[in-house]
Amino acid sequence: MALHTIWFILITILWVGFFVLEGFDFGVGALHMLIGRTETERRVVINTIGPWWDGNEVWLIVAGASMFAAFPNWYATMFSALYLALVVLLVALFGRGVSFEWRGKRDSSRWRSGWSWALTIGSILIPLLVGVALGDLLHGLPINSQHEFTGNFFSLLTGYGLMTGVTLVVLCLLHGATFLALRTTGELRDRAHATASRLGIVAIVVNIAWVIWTLVVIGGGTVPEPTQIFGVIAVIFAQRLATTQNDAWAFVASGFGIAAAIGQIFIALYPNVMVSSTNHAYNLTVNNSAAGHYGLVVMTVVAVLFFPIVLLYLGWSFAVFRRRISAPPTSSG
Amino acid sequence: MANDLARWQFATTTIYHFFFVPVTIGLAFLVAILQTAWYRTDNPDYKRMTRFFGTLLLINVAIGVVTGLVQEFQFGMNWSTYSRFVGGVFGAPLAMEGILAFFLESTFIGLWIFGWDRLPKRVHLACIWAVSAGTLLSAMFILVANSWMQHPVGYKINSQGQAVLTNVWAILVNPTFIWGYAHVVLAGLITGCLVMLGVSAWYLRKGEHVESFHRTAKVALTVLIPAIVIQLSVGNQLGVIENKYQPMKIAAAEAQWTNCKPCSFSVFQIGGGANDKTPTEIIPIPHLLSVLATGTWNGPVTGLDTLNSQYQAKYGPGNYVPDVFIQYWSMRVMAYLASLILLLAIWGGWLLHRDKLRNSRLFLTICLWAVATPFLMNTAGWLLTESGRQPWIVQGLQKTVNANSPSVSQTEIWISLTVFVLSYIVLGWADLTLMLRYSRRGMAQADAEAAETAAPALTY
Repeated sequence: MALHTIWFILITILWVGFFVLEGFDFGVGALHMLIGRTETERRVVINTIGPWWDGNEVWLIVAGASMFAAFPNWYATMFSALYLALVVLLVALFGRGVSFEWRGKRDSSRWRSGWSWALTIGSILIPLLVGVALGDLLHGLPINSQHEFTGNFFSLLTGYGLMTGVTLVVLCLLHGATFLALRTTGELRDRAHATASRLGIVAIVVNIAWVIWTLVVIGGGTVPEPTQIFGVIAVIFAQRLATTQNDAWAFVASGFGIAAAIGQIFIALYPNVMVSSTNHAYNLTVNNSAAGHYGLVVMTVVAVLFFPIVLLYLGWSFAVFRRRISAPPTSSG
Repeated sequence: MANDLARWQFATTTIYHFFFVPVTIGLAFLVAILQTAWYRTDNPDYKRMTRFFGTLLLINVAIGVVTGLVQEFQFGMNWSTYSRFVGGVFGAPLAMEGILAFFLESTFIGLWIFGWDRLPKRVHLACIWAVSAGTLLSAMFILVANSWMQHPVGYKINSQGQAVLTNVWAILVNPTFIWGYAHVVLAGLITGCLVMLGVSAWYLRKGEHVESFHRTAKVALTVLIPAIVIQLSVGNQLGVIENKYQPMKIAAAEAQWTNCKPCSFSVFQIGGGANDKTPTEIIPIPHLLSVLATGTWNGPVTGLDTLNSQYQAKYGPGNYVPDVFIQYWSMRVMAYLASLILLLAIWGGWLLHRDKLRNSRLFLTICLWAVATPFLMNTAGWLLTESGRQPWIVQGLQKTVNANSPSVSQTEIWISLTVFVLSYIVLGWADLTLMLRYSRRGMAQADAEAAETAAPALTY
């Protein structure tokens, strides 16, 4: 297998990892005011993702940096094309990123509710915008023969891109709810179950509609890919298992649902990395976007040596904090 | 115009980002030292100080991380022509930074924050050291990437006109990288020490928690004294290296338009811009420029005019002289403040030796003000190195004026620049108030956390 294909797969894995992991903390962030009614409950909810959200976000950074290193043309065209959308994304990342650390550092309800809103809005806006971006890669954007974007901000708002964004938001909300059911006790857990069960229905419908739309965008056959079928089934299972309070498996199922969603975008994309709606001859592909062979060899060696170590300590950190969290009896919040 | 705006945006966001990075590098290391002291001595004082400064570190890490995202995105957003050209070389260290440093830093900081009562003491201590190692690794890869822009090595230009990596070893032993990295790590340590010293001085002056903050002042000074001494010589050596590969940068830092041998250094001067090439030097110090730029007593320094004609012969017509004003003054801000900090550190060391630190109000007051100096020095340092490379974005290979994104309009950059500046003002304000509030009132909280044994409270 050519090295650029290996890096395409690696980048796919990084995006899948990002959405499966950060997906649940997006969901938790977006739902924390809904599922946590009192200040203490909200803090319990936020603390369920406390040790991990920062590490989860790293997957996004590494995915971006890997695109820069392995496919400089892809990174250059995509990031300059999405310019204003990325500005909004960054502001959402600012607000959300500091809200975790700063929210509890002042004893003022206005301060806290301000950061709670930053967390909620950021947690919805980020998967929405990234979803639009990933959808646009497949749908195609106006790109000329020099691989330069020729549209404007509104060219980014393709119907399919928006649908991809909405689908990912809904899947993240479901994933967050199944995660909360797994990590909390008592009333919080009950509310998480109820939310997952109701959100699950929406997720099933939206996901199926989006999968069909994806088939239309790809064109050619009407037969769904195995990943797509798998994704649809996973989301249905997530809803059922959440309703029957099978916490661990519901969470696994919603995770697979997200993984399949991201996976099918990249599978449909290959060997393109970014489609040109101007002329398919101008598509960016793994071939015409890739960095030099030697550079890819070096990075492959680094990734093969160190990524397994990363996975080991990530796994350990998940194991350390596997216990459910409940509100401390005397806490004033 | 779009190019100028993109430069303004990059400069603004980078300088801002680098207010927080050195605090993180320095404080992570110092907090790890405090926790090690607690682990070794079991003295509860060290535990409360670990928690106190640990929280200051965390407030600061949050903003450092989010402003770092802008840096990672901005190459592609605003500098797509540059990104296409260099991605095959410059992108690799960024990707390695993600895999080797960011995962490490973020995972272990989570384990550290939440692991106080979950992890064995020794393992928990290892977590903060892993965080510190992550910050140092991260700086390393960024400096590898930046040094390649200053002095490109280990690459070739392929048939599409893109730079591709040919020798990874060469970019890792790039002399600009080795000395630049040492310089940045020391700058981080010095920044952390001065922050810790300033906060400690504030409590010592008030006479509160005197024993605890005397300990941290001592730790800060113990690291600061060697760090600043070594830094002065590392900075000096970096100047010699830069003079070798980027003579423009050093000649401009001295506003040296004509060739000289031996060359004197002016303490300050009037004039010296492109319209006044023979500035009035106030207090010239003979031979000092020769020593700084070449490491020899009588070393020659080639003047800007000569260098410019050499560059024109090599690269075609144009002006290859960077902004002399920025070069001249950023060099001096850095060198003069560093000398003052050296004196402050020696004074503090002497007070410690005589056990008079807690009573010397003058010293403690100066320490409060000294907190501002590392931020000025760090900014000056990056201005010197980045503005000194101009008009190149990659020395000798690509000019900044040709490197921006053709598809991004001036209006779009106005929008993003405004949004970033406004966001950064809000974030900066919140960060500063939190840091100050916590510095003043945080001891009670740190004590409560340190005393906790039974049910753990909620961290966030």
